[in-house]
Parts: sequence; structure tokens; C-alpha cells
Amino acid sequence: MSTLDLPSYLEQSNKVKDRFDKLKARETILEVKGLGKTFDSAQGTVTALKDINFKTHRREFVCVIGPSGCGKSTLIRTLAGLESPSSGEVLLDGKPVFEPGPDRGMVFQGYTLFPWLTVKRNVMFGLEMSGHSRSTAEGEAMDWIGLVGLDKFADAYPSQLSGGMKQRVAIARALANKPRILLMDEPFGALDAQTRSKMQANLLEIWRNIDITVLFITHDLDEAIYLADRILVLKAHPGEVNELIEVSVPRPRHFDQAISPEFLATKKRLEELIHPPLDDNDDEPGLSMIRMVPVGDEVENGDSSVDNSAMTAEVD
Amino acid sequence: MAGSTQWFAVRKALPQDRMMLLTVLSFLLPVLVWCLFSYAPFIWHPKVEITEPGGVSWFKAGMLVDRQVFSEQSLEARQSGVSLPEGDLANPVYLPAPHEVASAFYTAFTTEPKRKSEQWLHESLWHSITIIFWGFALSSLVGLPIGILCGTYAAVSKLNEPFIEFFRYLPAPAFGALAVAILGIHDGPKIAIIFIGTFFQQVLIVANTTRKLDMALLEASLTLGAKNLQLLFRVVIPGILPDLFRDQRILLGWAWTYLIVAELIGTSSGITWFITQQARYKNFDNVFAAIIMIGIIGLLSDLILSQLGKRLFSWDKAQAKS
Repeated sequence: MSTLDLPSYLEQSNKVKDRFDKLKARETILEVKGLGKTFDSAQGTVTALKDINFKTHRREFVCVIGPSGCGKSTLIRTLAGLESPSSGEVLLDGKPVFEPGPDRGMVFQGYTLFPWLTVKRNVMFGLEMSGHSRSTAEGEAMDWIGLVGLDKFADAYPSQLSGGMKQRVAIARALANKPRILLMDEPFGALDAQTRSKMQANLLEIWRNIDITVLFITHDLDEAIYLADRILVLKAHPGEVNELIEVSVPRPRHFDQAISPEFLATKKRLEELIHPPLDDNDDEPGLSMIRMVPVGDEVENGDSSVDNSAMTAEVD
Repeated sequence: MAGSTQWFAVRKALPQDRMMLLTVLSFLLPVLVWCLFSYAPFIWHPKVEITEPGGVSWFKAGMLVDRQVFSEQSLEARQSGVSLPEGDLANPVYLPAPHEVASAFYTAFTTEPKRKSEQWLHESLWHSITIIFWGFALSSLVGLPIGILCGTYAAVSKLNEPFIEFFRYLPAPAFGALAVAILGIHDGPKIAIIFIGTFFQQVLIVANTTRKLDMALLEASLTLGAKNLQLLFRVVIPGILPDLFRDQRILLGWAWTYLIVAELIGTSSGITWFITQQARYKNFDNVFAAIIMIGIIGLLSDLILSQLGKRLFSWDKAQAKS
């Protein structure tokens, strides 16, 4: 494994330490204590999550990252109240959480806008559920739609919107309830790369402007580093907290920072945690067994030092 | 491949003009076959229609006899020296030619009933439509709510569906005698048959449609604070409405298929009465016209409903295709 010869930027300067001390001194919004989740399946009991502990602080942006099958989605669904924990508890403002509620807004990976409602009525939905009058709800909804820049589409139906626009509406819809925390389950996972980076910038902008705590699930390392104050790294089988990384990349963030030493150091650390050297518990069995079989004519690629015949010989 | 004609591309839409052509052909081809059988004497035509009885004593003009009988009688007439009978090849009386049925579309409406107490065709048709309407409306009034509740709440589903699953195998006409005993001989038992024929299927189909609503929409609404009845009335019902509408269109078609059986129960009535009556008088052109009319009414009502669906559920992409 080639190593970039970087100074360890994970060693925090006093300035960065200071920043995180301040962050951790803020009030706790969400606290997860000894959270475990098991599922019964035909093959026996599967432990999806095991003894998860962490806290999120007010206005903090936390990303959760981990290899596939580490229970990221189970974790966020449990926080939302859509799954009940098998052990431990989830505390919101110190009070235990048992069921879904508008105090924890959720943005799903799949598009979950109500297709029969216009953008405006979608955003009004939560407000109407909590008994706001139609006119109040409409006024507030329009403010939130403005915040995500979709004023012109207030009367459009979800089927008329692009994927990115749908997710912006979903964010506005969740925020309209004034939740204590915004839970986002790989919300940009289905978007193309260009839209995704615009959405990331857009989300950071919103987060800067309003008093909201965000817990964001992703499998994209760059996305996590770009967005998060702290990154909760899970490992799989069972899903456990591997490490809680404090991202020292200064704010406000911009995409140019992706080549800054802090960013790269964080990314390298994440890589090490998420893609450990291959072992027998490989998630994709068989990948390491693929052999190189040359097919078709050889193409002159300008690298005459590569002797293709060697590979052929090996297969034979 | 540009410009090449791909008639059989798997799951690809055809160009507009070809779709029109095929739609027209789908009606035209059966009519064409019918025309061939009716107007080409060398195809089928097992009978001879007598035009001139000649020396055969029991032949009369206009009479239909088998070809074999005709040739035997002609031979006999020749041998005994009397004048030969004449006739044209013809089809049996139960296969009228297209033009006869076409004119029957008009004459069936203008022909006065044979008896004062009997109904004109338009009255018979209208009577059939009201039977269908009431049977289907009553079934939907009960079936839709029960179906939606079954699809939403496991408890309601387990309480109802096993029995309904059993009951739907019982043929609706089997309840005819019972319906007459309870509801009399007029419209009551007929509506009951349509009801029985529709209701049990309806509950199961609606329950299934309700269950197909994307769970993610319900979860999203839970995280937005929706509870209990709000979930039912603000998410489940609006979410399944377009599919429900499609189901109703299909079920209405089924209701029509029970019509003839229903109308035979008790005193025969409606279009069925007209058909059986005309068959008795051997007016098979009228019989064909009446049967085709049922098809036209069914097709037209479905077309109207599908247009209505597109208008009502403009947000639904699937509705635009149906």
C-alpha cells in the first residue's frame, strides 16, 4: 500500500482542539446509549447493531459512515423511531424516544414525496398534521420552499421534478416541522455526481443559516469529510462504533479543500478504517479470485514494458 | 437500422400510425371473417333457401333446407318429370349477415313490442344499466371501505379475508333461488346476484391494492407526525386512489358478465329478456345487435372512465398509460 508522506494532520492544532471543545460543550440534542439491534432470521439471530454510544450536540453536523452491511440504515431508522431498539436507548433532549415523531425530521434515500400532492402541499403536510391552520401552514411552507430555492415549482407535482429537486423538497418538508434534529439516510445516494455536489453545498448553506443539528448517513468518504464536524465510523458484523473522527478541515467548506492536507489525512484514516486489508470475511467473496484472461486483440497502449504474453502464459 | 420496420420489438411502443392501423384492424378482421362466411357462397353455406318450390310439394319459397335434402328432392323431381325446385345457397338462420345485423341496430329500436306490456329495446337496455349500476354501487359502497381497512389493518384483514377467500369460490348464480325467495321476483334478486358476483372479488382486490402502497410513504408520514386516522385518510387513501379507480374499471367489466345470469332470475328482464324473446321469434339479427350493443356500452363506459381517470389523477404517471 503506497503511503502519501504527509505529516499527521489528525494531530490537532490547538485551534482545532479549541473548536471541538466548544462544540462538545454545547447542549446535547441526541444521545445514543448502549444501542443494540438484533433481527431474527431463518439463519438465526443476526446482530445488526451492538452497543452503539454517541452524542450529537446542538448545530452539529455528524456523518455516519461504514462498509455495506454495517447497519447504518438500521441505526438511523432506530433513531427515527421506525425500528425499536433491542437494547439500550435513544434520548432526544434527555427524553427517551419510542416512536416516530416530527421532532426528528427524516430524509430518505428513496424519493418519498407524496406524489398526489404539489410541492407546496407536501411541505405543508407535517404542519397540517400538527393542527396548524391551512393559511399558516401555507405561509410557512412557502418560506421553506424559498429556502431550498424552489419557489417557481411550488405548484408542481413530484413527478415533474428531477431527483435533486425532489430531495430538496424532502428537506424542506422535514425542516418545516422545526425538528430538533434532521436525520438523513444517504439522501444524495441516487443522484448523479454533479447534482450531488450541488446538493451538498446547498445543504451546508441551509445548515449554516438555521439552528439545526444534522445526522447524515453516507458511504461516500468525500461527502462525509466535506459535510461533517465529526464522522462516526461503524464496522460491520456486527455494527459497532469503530472510531469517532473529528474533521479538522476548517469551515466554511469548499470543494477546493478536497486536496488540502487535512482533508487527505482524514480520508486516508477513513480508508484504513473502512477498507481494512482483505480477510476471510470479505463482503464480496470471489472478487479476489478473478483471473486476468486477455480477450481480443492486444492494443498498443504506449507502455512497451508490459508484456501481455506473460498473463496468457499464466492462465494456460 | 434507421427507418426499418420493427413490428415485434419487445416492449417498445409502435409509431402512432401503426397503432391506429392495428386498432382498426382488431375490429375489422373479425368483421371481415364474418363477411367472408356470409357473402362467399363457396365458404360453408350448408343450407339452401328455396326461391321456387317447383314440383316438390312440401317446399315453400323462403324455406331453408339442408343442401343434401335439396339435391335429393331435385333428383326425385327430375326422375318423376315435375318442374325442378330452385334455390340459393344460404347460411343457417342463426348466422345473419353483417348488413342484416347493421340494419337491426336501427330497426330493433323502432320495432314496436309485440305486446302492450312488453318493453321497447331502449327501455330494456336502460333497465339492464340500472341493474348493473345498483348492484355495482351497493357492492362498492360496502366493498371499498372493507377492502381498504383489510389492506391497512392486519386485524381487519385476518377477521375478514379468510372467509371472503372461501366465499368467492361460490358461483354467484348458485344464490339465484335463495335471492328470489328472500327478495322476490323483480329487481331485488338481480341486483343481489351482481352484488355477490362483484363484492367478494372487490374486497380482495382492493385490499391487495391497498397493501401495495409504498411503505416508505407511510414511514415518511410517520416521521412528519401523522398518526392513526391521519395515516388512513391523508396517506393511504389518497395514495391508492388511482389504482383503486383502475380496479373499479376492471370490476365493472366483471359486473357486466354477471348481467345475463342475473336477469334470467325471477322474471326475465332487461336486455336478456329482449335477447331471449328475439331468439324465440328467430330474429337472430336482433339478437346479434343486442349482444354487440352490450359490448359497445361496456367499451364506451370504460373509455369514458379511463379519460376521467387521466383527468382526476393527472399526477399519476401510470394512469396516463392505461
